[in-house]
Amino acid sequence: MALQQSQQQKPSAAEAKTANTSIPNAARNPSNDEPNKKRNATRREVLPAGIVGTEGMNTVEREIPADEPPALKVNSSLAVIGRSTPRLDGRLKVTGKARYTADVRLPGMLFAQVVTSRYPHARIRSIDTSLAERAPGVRAVYVLDRVLGNAELRDKSKELPAKFPIVRFAGQPIAAVAATTQAEADDAARLFKVEYEPLPFVVDEDEARKKDAPLVFPGAADQGGTAGGGGGPQGVTQEGNVRGPVKSGPRGRPAGDINRGFAEAEVTVEGEFRTQVQTHSALETHGVVADWKEDGLTVYASTQGTSSVRDEFAAIFKLKKSQVRVVTEFMGGGFGAKFGAGNVGVIAAQLSKKAGAPVRLMLTRKDEHLSVGNRPSSIQKLRVGAKRDGTLTAIHLFSYGTAGTGTGAGAGGPAQNMYKCPNILTEEADVFTHAGPAAAFRAPGHPQGCFALEQTIDELAEKLGIDPVALRDRIDESPARREERRLGAERIGWSRRRRAGSDTGPVKRGLGVAQSIWYRFVNMDSACEVRVTQDGSVEILSGVQDIGGGIRTVLAQVVAEELGLKASDITVRIGDTAYPAGPASGGSVTTGSITPAARNAAFKVKQQFLEEVASALGTMPEYLKLGGGQVAVFDRNPNWSDGDRQGRSYKAAPIKSLSFRQAASRLKTEQIAARASRSDDYEKSRATYGGVQFAEVAVDTETGVIKVERVVAVHDCGRPMNPLTVESQINGGVLQGISYALYEDRILDRNTGLMVNPNLEQYKIVGSRETPRIEAILIEEYTGRSSTDAGGIGEPATIPTAAAVANAVYNATGVRVREMPMTPARVLAALQSARGKGGVRS
Amino acid sequence: MNRFEWTDAATVHEAISQLNGRAVVKAGGVDLLDRLKEGLEAPQRLVNIRNIRGLDRIEEGKDGLRIGPLVTLARLSEDKLVLERYTALAQAAGRAATPQIRNMATAGGNLLQRPRCWYFRQEEFHCRRKGGERCFALDGENQYHAIFDNQLCAIVHPSALAVPLMAFGARVVLTGSKGAREVELERFFVTPEQDIMRENIIAPDELITEIKVPRLQPATRSFYIKQGEKESFDWPVADVCAVLQTKGNVCLKASIVLGAAAPVPWRASKAEASLAGKVINEQSAREAARLSMEGATPLAQNRYKLAVFEAIVRRAILRQASS
Repeated sequence: MALQQSQQQKPSAAEAKTANTSIPNAARNPSNDEPNKKRNATRREVLPAGIVGTEGMNTVEREIPADEPPALKVNSSLAVIGRSTPRLDGRLKVTGKARYTADVRLPGMLFAQVVTSRYPHARIRSIDTSLAERAPGVRAVYVLDRVLGNAELRDKSKELPAKFPIVRFAGQPIAAVAATTQAEADDAARLFKVEYEPLPFVVDEDEARKKDAPLVFPGAADQGGTAGGGGGPQGVTQEGNVRGPVKSGPRGRPAGDINRGFAEAEVTVEGEFRTQVQTHSALETHGVVADWKEDGLTVYASTQGTSSVRDEFAAIFKLKKSQVRVVTEFMGGGFGAKFGAGNVGVIAAQLSKKAGAPVRLMLTRKDEHLSVGNRPSSIQKLRVGAKRDGTLTAIHLFSYGTAGTGTGAGAGGPAQNMYKCPNILTEEADVFTHAGPAAAFRAPGHPQGCFALEQTIDELAEKLGIDPVALRDRIDESPARREERRLGAERIGWSRRRRAGSDTGPVKRGLGVAQSIWYRFVNMDSACEVRVTQDGSVEILSGVQDIGGGIRTVLAQVVAEELGLKASDITVRIGDTAYPAGPASGGSVTTGSITPAARNAAFKVKQQFLEEVASALGTMPEYLKLGGGQVAVFDRNPNWSDGDRQGRSYKAAPIKSLSFRQAASRLKTEQIAARASRSDDYEKSRATYGGVQFAEVAVDTETGVIKVERVVAVHDCGRPMNPLTVESQINGGVLQGISYALYEDRILDRNTGLMVNPNLEQYKIVGSRETPRIEAILIEEYTGRSSTDAGGIGEPATIPTAAAVANAVYNATGVRVREMPMTPARVLAALQSARGKGGVRS
Repeated sequence: MNRFEWTDAATVHEAISQLNGRAVVKAGGVDLLDRLKEGLEAPQRLVNIRNIRGLDRIEEGKDGLRIGPLVTLARLSEDKLVLERYTALAQAAGRAATPQIRNMATAGGNLLQRPRCWYFRQEEFHCRRKGGERCFALDGENQYHAIFDNQLCAIVHPSALAVPLMAFGARVVLTGSKGAREVELERFFVTPEQDIMRENIIAPDELITEIKVPRLQPATRSFYIKQGEKESFDWPVADVCAVLQTKGNVCLKASIVLGAAAPVPWRASKAEASLAGKVINEQSAREAARLSMEGATPLAQNRYKLAVFEAIVRRAILRQASS
């Protein structure tokens, strides 16, 4: 939408119109205005629009709030934003000085351990805590009266009342203990006597669908939505363990009529694809230090949402939000599972309340695998119909998957939204099993959905005799993805790609492509405060937390750009609900949501700064210019650089120059500060983010081992604020995608329902020797949506990797591997089965 | 983890005298720490032998190579002598675990580590090897389990060094309160039928004090291949050592041992026999590889290991012909 608008503008207008010339007085000096008028005042602003380096690059005019800063120029015209900037906290992290939750040590702090169920399904008859209470060092015990995270029965009367929460998965927390040392807490946790009445269970999603399968819930159940896109829709029909299917299509409803679409199709491809349960496996496990005091609760938490954690604590403990403070100074990864207080937080706070001392609870790796979230499995039957020219006529996905005791195993996103097709129906069902509940996980549903969709599109291309990149050019409307396909194909040397299965030796090489789609979401609870002090120091404060993406550095860049300083000049204080509210980091919203607030605040404080400095120097604020750590003083407005108002040409040269610090010393008071949030997006039409990834693999057809040798990942994320950390997120997304494609698998023992690999040894994760050459390429796409026009990268970066690898495996061997992880066992089985049909050369 | 006493032994004799009651030996401490943390063992005393002098030497004498039990995997993988003459041993040491672990883990500990079976390693599963009633792997999740001798207990022997050492015909010297004894490695390991609770014959008060590798016959070469699902930090789904004595391109004698195949390092006798007197080529290697899997009894989920073994056995044999 935005791009079509922008193309109506004259191309040459871009630079000139984005210059700093259109700020009404109301915005420059808001205190003169009535509050109401100020809120509604708008102005027209011309912003860059389009993809840099393409013909579509242009401008777009938007109606924007009058007090927001002028259009930010494209990155090449900026000094700090858009420049690769090493993380400000990099040194702290690599030297071990950054204080993560696990490093927090408060005076008198106790250590906690959790008692969990060793049965997948049971009623608890009794819990005897007396031995544990008498154990050395023990200060408090706590028995859970409610378990968070599981779906809950809609009609509670369907289940016999129980004294303790019914156990629905092995690893479900039951009780906990706090003691003066971790060893004492660990020992005491073994002294709880829990009497179970084990019940029949089912951990396999295929078994769970059967009529006589043991029921996870004796009636329909719903899981409260989790931030970051986890959880499923509410109130869905349920039969046995099967919930749904929910029928939907692009933006909600099914589109058109798939029967008609398949009738019109000249070519149809279909297949069944299976994906496994993946656990988040963040390096830092879930953990908190809870400090309960008379006047309120302070929680140091490993979280993706300081505000969302505060809100859940306030609700559960019936506290005012102002009485709960959540601090996340540094955070060791979340991937979608760390938004709330959760059982971990509640346990620690309850123990702290009882013991009258701060309590630290960091989950063990085993509990982390079992009880705090995962990516649901999927079994997807996908059918796609097309005309001979590639035009899609119908997409039909039927999927089921298990989110354990949770919901949200849908995988329909890519099928619904990736390609242009008039008839789309997705039917997604959840299957309850006696396994730990799923949680949002880096692009919920999308890596699963892409594994099926992108392999099917690859098959379609082959059947039509059209190159897979060319086919996507026909069916994908996104200009960004088109440019990404062009750049990626060129970089990887797509023209080298041969017919599937061309290699004759035992080790076969191949190329594959797949793309991702994600969406622009904005969290309006995004605010910042920027302070400038007379000594020239500058601080930015926000509740937003850095989950590893690098927002700390980006915030410094934004403030530095506005004030003409370096990123390292800015002190960034984040991850604390004592600061202005920040967004939760889920849905790839952080940079797109918080940077406009940061720029707006920096802009406001800059105006006050210029007013005061100008006044002290006896000049006008318009005659001052910030840049390079200096305040340059002109004898007229330097922004009229092309000429004065009469059209006479001159070159602006400052009459004098002060350092920023010297200028700050002229402030009237010790500190000036401005707080700002962000307005809603200037343009609210749908926007997508995504990328196209090309993979090159070598498949050893004798051992079944797949080696990913190279990945070219071309992505868009609006304006790349810090290309260095964007590339880092792409590297991470690709690696997590390879890990998902080839290695990771939560394996539950079919006979006992226990996870057999709850560690990081047998739960296999990509390592240094499996790391391919990764080439991240960014495109710069402007859509004029906010004062920074930044978007998101975290999720789109991992969506297409597994599918790209799978397509490369097909290109190498001529055999499709439709089930993940693509282990030697599965690759050899697929090759074997194809050999039986005479399909593989060896 | 339970509380325990820690003693530092300065000599082998001192260590042995401290090995009474519920005491265990601690060398690199890599596997031991895992076992303590996993609640598999609760010893009263850890006897640290790391500081005993003289147990960390690699020497070649008239009768062959002598390896001290405290030699780390890292040293073994880089030792010039080992690399040149006993190549497969250096390769096995260099491919095990991770660089960090190889810096700590010792040769003796590598031979004595307990199995990695995921049922054995979790205290929730009271399996036969821990005195329980059943092997959970037999009808459970057995994709990484044994394909030979797997009727009672389907663990695979975890030692990477045992594979080349057995192929070289190594012996271990065990020293205990009753003196020293020397045992062929082949007799050192114990099958589930012999004793399901243990993987070897070492007594509670014994230490491995030396590993002896006999002098190799002339024109003998060795090659080791580890095939995991991934290369970094992973156990093999199959590993093999082939030691071939040749004359020209004719094989005089072959010694082929498989790891990750059975509860003990597994000698592929039929494959060895098939190579004797044959020209080493694609055909004879393929035949030997096929024979190495004869008699395998794969479980429901580990049949793929046969194909992997066949591939790496063939490759290990052919690598010698080409080297």
